[in-house]
Amino acid sequence: MADIIRVNGLHKRFGEFDAVKQISFAVAEGTTFAFLGPNGAGKSTTIKMLTTLLQPTSGSIEIDGHDPVREPGAVRHSCGIVFQDPSLDDDLTAWENMEFHGVLYGVPRPVRRARISELLEFVELHDRRDSFVKEFSGGMKRRLEIARGLLHHPKIIFLDEPTLGLDPQTRNHMWEYLHKLRASEGITVFFTTHYMEEAERNAERIAVIDHGEIIAAGTSTELKERTGAASLEDAFLQLTGREIRQENADPSARMRMIRGRR
Amino acid sequence: MWRTIYIMWLRELKRFIRSKSRILGSLGQPLLFLLAFGYGFGSVYAAAGRGSYIDFLAPGIIGMSIIFTSIFNGVQVIWDRQFGFLKETLVAPVPRIAIMFGRTLGGATVASFQGLIVLAATMLAGFHPVSWLALPAVYLLMLMTGTLFSAIGVMVGSLMRDFQGFQLVMNFLVMPLFFLSGALFPLNNVPVVMLWIARFDPLSYGVDAMRYLLIGAAQFGLMLDIGVLVLVTAVFLALGSYFFSKIEV
Repeated sequence: MADIIRVNGLHKRFGEFDAVKQISFAVAEGTTFAFLGPNGAGKSTTIKMLTTLLQPTSGSIEIDGHDPVREPGAVRHSCGIVFQDPSLDDDLTAWENMEFHGVLYGVPRPVRRARISELLEFVELHDRRDSFVKEFSGGMKRRLEIARGLLHHPKIIFLDEPTLGLDPQTRNHMWEYLHKLRASEGITVFFTTHYMEEAERNAERIAVIDHGEIIAAGTSTELKERTGAASLEDAFLQLTGREIRQENADPSARMRMIRGRR
Repeated sequence: MWRTIYIMWLRELKRFIRSKSRILGSLGQPLLFLLAFGYGFGSVYAAAGRGSYIDFLAPGIIGMSIIFTSIFNGVQVIWDRQFGFLKETLVAPVPRIAIMFGRTLGGATVASFQGLIVLAATMLAGFHPVSWLALPAVYLLMLMTGTLFSAIGVMVGSLMRDFQGFQLVMNFLVMPLFFLSGALFPLNNVPVVMLWIARFDPLSYGVDAMRYLLIGAAQFGLMLDIGVLVLVTAVFLALGSYFFSKIEV
C-alpha cells in the first residue's frame, strides 16, 4: 500500500539543542506505526511537527500528500490527534466537547449528530454524554479524546503516549477500539510510547528513536533479531543504553538533563 | 470562518452562564465601589454644586464591570493553555483569526451581560437614567467597550506563559485603566496631566459615551467617543489576532 506519511531529513533545533536530528521514515496507509523511545527522545517534537503545531528547522514532511508547513489546513483535516496531556474543556459536557470539535472541523450537522452518538457508544461514554468532563476519570477523558480525534473521519490518528497513566484494563480496551476502527475505516494509527509491550503488541512497524535520531526501525521480530535480544525490552535497552533519562520540566527548553552515553 | 466564530462565542457564553459564582463574584467589586463611593462622596459632590454623584458614578461603575470582565475573559487564554484546550483549537483546520474573533466577541458579550446586571443594580441604588430610549444604544456601547478590552486581554494572554503575570496585569493594566479614566470623577477640573492621561485611556471614551446617553453629560462628546472606540477596537483586534496567531504550544 502507498505511504501516507513520508518524512525526509526532518530536523528541529531549539536554540543550541537539536531535539530531532535529520530523521527519515515512512508509514504505509492503514497500518499501525509505533515511535518507541525513552523520555525526551524527540517523540513529541516529531508529532508536533507532523501535525502542524511546530515548524521544522529543515527537512520535508508529507502527510496524505500535503506539506504541513505550506498546507496546514489540508493536513489538519487529514489528522486526528490525541495529545499527551488532556485537551478537553472541563466546563463543557462530553457531548459539547464533541460538538465543538465537529463544528470546528466543518462536519455537517446531521452527519455530526450521528457520528458523535456512534463514537460515544463506541468508547462507552454514551450514557455519560451530558456529564461535565470535570467529573470524568483519567481513563474516561482519554476515551473521549480518542472519540473526538476520530469525529471528522481523519485518515491518520496520532496518539502521543495514549495510554500513559491508564490501568491495563483501560489500555487494553482502548487498543481494541483502535484495532476495530482500523479494520472498519482503514485508518492509519501513529503512536508514541515508551512501553515496549505496547509497541510490540499493537504496531506492525516500530521505529526506535533516541537523542533525536532513529536508531533502528522494523517489525518487533526484526528488532529482536538485529540485537540478538530475547525480548523487545532487552533489544530496546541495548539500543538506547541503561541510563535514566530526565526531561526538563519546561516544555519549551526540551533539554536533556542527563545525556546517556552509548 | 463564521461557524468558528460562532462556536468559540457560544463556548464563552456557556461557560459564563454556568459559573454562577463568577457572575456573583464579579458583581461584588462594582457594587462595593458604587455604594462606598456613591454614598460616601455623595454629599461632598452635591455640596460642590454638581448634583447627584450616584448618577454621575453609575456609568463609570458599569464601565468598570465591563473592563474587569472582558480583560479577565481574554486573559483566560492562559487557562486554556494550561489545561490543554488551546491545542485543540490550534490544530483545527480553521484560521486563527476566527478563533481569536470568536473568543473576543464571546468575552465582549459576557462583559455586556455583566454590564446590564450592574446597570440594574445601580438603579436599585437610586440611579435614574434620563431616558429609557437610550438603553439599546448603551448596550451597543457596552458590547463595543467589551470587544476592545477582550481583545487587549487576548493579546496579553497570548504573550503570557503562565498565571504568574496575572497579578501584574491586574495592578499595572486593569487598575490604572480604571482609576485614571473618568469613571470615578469628572475630568473638567482635573490637572492637565491627568486629563491627558485620561485622553489616552480608551475606557474614558466608553464611560463618556455611556454618560452622554444615560445622564446627558459628556466630556468629549458622543461622536469623538464613538470614533475613538471604533479606531482603538480595530487596532487591538488586529494586535490581538497577530499575537494570538503567533502562539506556539
